[in-house]
Amino acid sequence: MMSYYLRLAFISMRRNPVLSSLMVLAIALGIGACMTTITVNYLMSNNPIKHKSDVLFHVQLDNWGPFEAAVDPNDPPYQLTWTDATNLQQAQQGIRQAAMAKSGGVVEPADPNIKPFQAGYRLTYSDFFSMFDVPFLYGSAWDKQADENARHLVVLTKEINETLFGGKNSVGQSVTLSGEVFTIVGVIAEWHPIPKFYDLNNDDFGRPSELFIPLQLKRTMKLPSWGNVNCWKSPDEEGFEGFLNSECVNFQFWVELDNPAERSDYALFLDNYVNSQKELGRFPRPLNNRLNNVQQWLEYNEVVADDAQIMMWLSLMFLAVCLLNTIGLMLSKFMGKSSEIGLRRAVGATKGDLFIQHTVETACIGVAGGLLGLGFSFFGLQGLRALYGEFAHKLTSLDMNMAILAVVIALVSTILAGLYPTWRACSIAPASQLKSQ
Amino acid sequence: MNASLELGPIFRTLLRNKMGALLIALQIAVTMTIVVNAIFIIDEREALMARVSGVDEADSFYVNSNGFASDFDNPNTIQEDLRQIRALPSVRNVTTINAIPISGGGWSMSLQTEAGEGKDDVATAVYMVDHHGLEALDVQLLAGQNFTEQELRYRDGSEEGWPQNIIITQALANDLFPDTAIDEVIGKTTYINNDEPMQIIGVIDALQAPWIGWEQLENTMLSPEYFAFNNSTTYFVRAQDGMRDQAMRAVEEYLAQRANERLVRGMESFENVRNESYGFHAAMIKILTIVMATLVLITGMGIVGLASFNVNKRKKQIGTRRALGATQWQIVRYFMLENFMITSIGVLTGAALSIGLNILLVNFFELNRISWYYIPIGMLCLWVLGQLAVLGPAKKAANIPPAMATRTV
Repeated sequence: MMSYYLRLAFISMRRNPVLSSLMVLAIALGIGACMTTITVNYLMSNNPIKHKSDVLFHVQLDNWGPFEAAVDPNDPPYQLTWTDATNLQQAQQGIRQAAMAKSGGVVEPADPNIKPFQAGYRLTYSDFFSMFDVPFLYGSAWDKQADENARHLVVLTKEINETLFGGKNSVGQSVTLSGEVFTIVGVIAEWHPIPKFYDLNNDDFGRPSELFIPLQLKRTMKLPSWGNVNCWKSPDEEGFEGFLNSECVNFQFWVELDNPAERSDYALFLDNYVNSQKELGRFPRPLNNRLNNVQQWLEYNEVVADDAQIMMWLSLMFLAVCLLNTIGLMLSKFMGKSSEIGLRRAVGATKGDLFIQHTVETACIGVAGGLLGLGFSFFGLQGLRALYGEFAHKLTSLDMNMAILAVVIALVSTILAGLYPTWRACSIAPASQLKSQ
Repeated sequence: MNASLELGPIFRTLLRNKMGALLIALQIAVTMTIVVNAIFIIDEREALMARVSGVDEADSFYVNSNGFASDFDNPNTIQEDLRQIRALPSVRNVTTINAIPISGGGWSMSLQTEAGEGKDDVATAVYMVDHHGLEALDVQLLAGQNFTEQELRYRDGSEEGWPQNIIITQALANDLFPDTAIDEVIGKTTYINNDEPMQIIGVIDALQAPWIGWEQLENTMLSPEYFAFNNSTTYFVRAQDGMRDQAMRAVEEYLAQRANERLVRGMESFENVRNESYGFHAAMIKILTIVMATLVLITGMGIVGLASFNVNKRKKQIGTRRALGATQWQIVRYFMLENFMITSIGVLTGAALSIGLNILLVNFFELNRISWYYIPIGMLCLWVLGQLAVLGPAKKAANIPPAMATRTV
C-alpha cells in the first residue's frame, strides 16, 4: 500500500512540477538557513568537557578596589592576581588544581634550517593535563617537582611538533624559548576544546597555546603577560616583581572537586584565605568569591555571540515564512485535485486512506526539502567561513547529529504544515465533486 | 464600473477562501517583520562602520620588531629604526606605539580632575608615541603644543609613574572638563592612578581607542614614551599619499637586514585592521542582506504561485465577466485589488509584529529601539512587492478570451 501511495505522490508532484519544486525549494531554503545558524549556535554553546563539567571549578576572588566593582553590578574580576593564583596553588586544597596564564615569546628551533618564530605559551602546572584529560601523543606532563623548581621543561602541541620535528617523537630533545633552553617532555595529540573554556579572557574560540611550560617560570624568566591584564590600582613597587605583587589580574585558576562536600569545603577554604589576606591589608571589598563549574562558567561568560543568536531567531522566522508559503501552495494544490479526491472517495477510499495518501505526499516534499536544505546549509556554513575567517573555522562543521536534525526538522515541519491542507482534502464530499463537472 | 464598488464583491470572494488569503497575509506579515528588523540592524551596523578612526587609513600600516638576541640593544635600535624609516622616500612619518587604534588590543587608564581615592574618573585609551606621533597618526592639534624630543622617555616595563605632559582628544577634554573651551583646557592638571598629576599640553581633533565596542571610543590620550616591553617594539608608519604598498615593502626590507637578531612580524595595513575589527559587522550585513533577498523572493513566488492557481481556477468566471463586457484592465484591476486587500492585512499585522520583534531584540540583545519610519517604509515596500508579484498572473487572467465562458472544462 505504501508503495502505491508513494507512486501517487510522485505522479502528483510531476503533474505540477513548478509548484512542487517551489515547495521543495522553499523548505530547503528555510531548513538551510536554520541549520546553518543552529549549527553555529550549537558549536558555540558546546560544553567541551561534558564528562567533567560538574567537577571542574573556576575560581574568582574579589580583590578589587573599595569604590567600584570589577564587573557591574557587583561581580569579582574574571581573573586572579599572581599572589592569589600561586597561593591557591600552594595550598593544594583540591584534588587537582592549576593556576595558569597566557604568555609568549620567540621560539628558536635547534635545527638552524627552521627560522625562529613567535608563539604563545600557556604557563601552568602539571595538574592542567590530568585535570582537563589532555591526550598525549608522546611522553607525558612534567612532574610536580618541576612545578616547584620552575624547571625548563615544555609540552608541545601536535602542530608545533610538526613544525619543529616533522612530527617525530621529540621527547628529550631541546628547543630555545625566549632565549632559554627547554627540554621537551611531552607532545599532546589534537586537543581543541571549543570554546576554549579554561581561558575565556582571550579569544574564546581560538586555538590553544602552542607550548605549555611551568608557571613559576613567569617569575624567573620575567615572561610577558599576554592576554587581558586589569588593575584597579597601579603596582606599589617598581619593575617586574612589582607587577607580580600588585593587584593586577592576569591569571586563571581551576580546581577539581569531586563532590558537593568537597565543593563546600573549598568554598570555606576560599573564605578563610580571603579573610587572612584582609588582615594583610588586601581585599578591601566584602567577601565575594565565586566557584563556577564549566557549564556555569560558560554561561556566565555568555560565549554564544549575540549576533549568532539573533541570526538563529531570524532564520527560524525565515523557516516559518517558508512553511507558510508551503501550506498555501499545498492547499491550492490539494484543492486543485478536488475532483480526483471526490472520485477516489466515490470508489471507496476512506477518509483515513486519503489522509495517509496526502501525508505521504507532504512527507516526500519534506524529505526532498530536508535533503536539499542540508546541501544548502553546507554551502551556508562555507559562506560563514568565508565571511568570518579563522574565527569561524571551528564553528562551521556539520556533524551527523546536525544532518539528522535537519532532515527530521524538515520532515516534521512539512508534515505539520501539510496537516491543514490534508484535512481539507479529506473532507471533500464525494458527491459534490462528481456532479459538477 | 467604479473601483470602489468592486471592493465589496472582492472581499466577499476572499471570505469564501479565508484560509488561503490568511496564509498569504501571515506570510507577508512575517516577511515584513524580518525585513524591517534586518534593515534596521543593517543601518545600525553601517552607522557603526562609518565612524572615523582619525588616522590616515588608506596610507597607514604597522609592523612589530622583536629582538631575541641576548645582547639586543633596543633603545638604540629604536632610534636607528625611526631615523632610517623616516628617511625612506615613500614614508611620510613614523612613530613607535603601544597599541593600534580600533585593533581590539590596547591599554586603558582612568583620569580624574581631583586627586584622591574614590573621586569621579573618566576612562581613556593610552597611546605612547614619540614627537612625530601627531603626523604619523594624522591628528591635528586644536590647541596647545606637541611633545618635544627631550621629554620622551623609554618604557620597558620597569619604570614607575607617568610622564609629566599629555595630549588628549577633544572628546576626552569634554568628558574631563565639560563646558570648558578647548583653549582653557591647556595647562590644566589631571590625575592618573588617583594622585599622579599630569599636565594637558595639547588637544587634538579625534583619534579612536583600540576597542570599537567601547563606550569611550573617542577618549584617547597620548603619552610621550618609546614603548618597548621585552624588546618588542611596534612602528606605526604613515606613507606618502597613495604609496602605502611601496612603503610596506621598503620598511620590511630595511627591518629584515637584522633578521638574525630580531623577528619582524605582524606587518599589517590599517585597511586590514579595520576589516578585521569590523568584519563581524560586515558579515552580519551581508548575511542579513542575503536573508532578506531570499525571503522577498520566496514570498514573491508564493504570491505568484497562489495567484496563478486562483486565475486557473476562475478561468470560466473570468471568461464570463469578459463576455459580459468587462475590459482587460478591469480583470487586472480585480486581481490587483484582491492582492492589495490581502497585503494590507499582512502589513498591518506585520507592523505590530515588527515592533514586537524589535522590543524582544532590545530586551534580550540590547539593540536600539527602531525608528518609527522603518514601519511605513516597510509596509510600502511589501505593498509594492505584492502588486508586482500579482501583475504577471493578473495579465494572464486578462488574456483569457470571453469565449471561455461558453466552454465546459
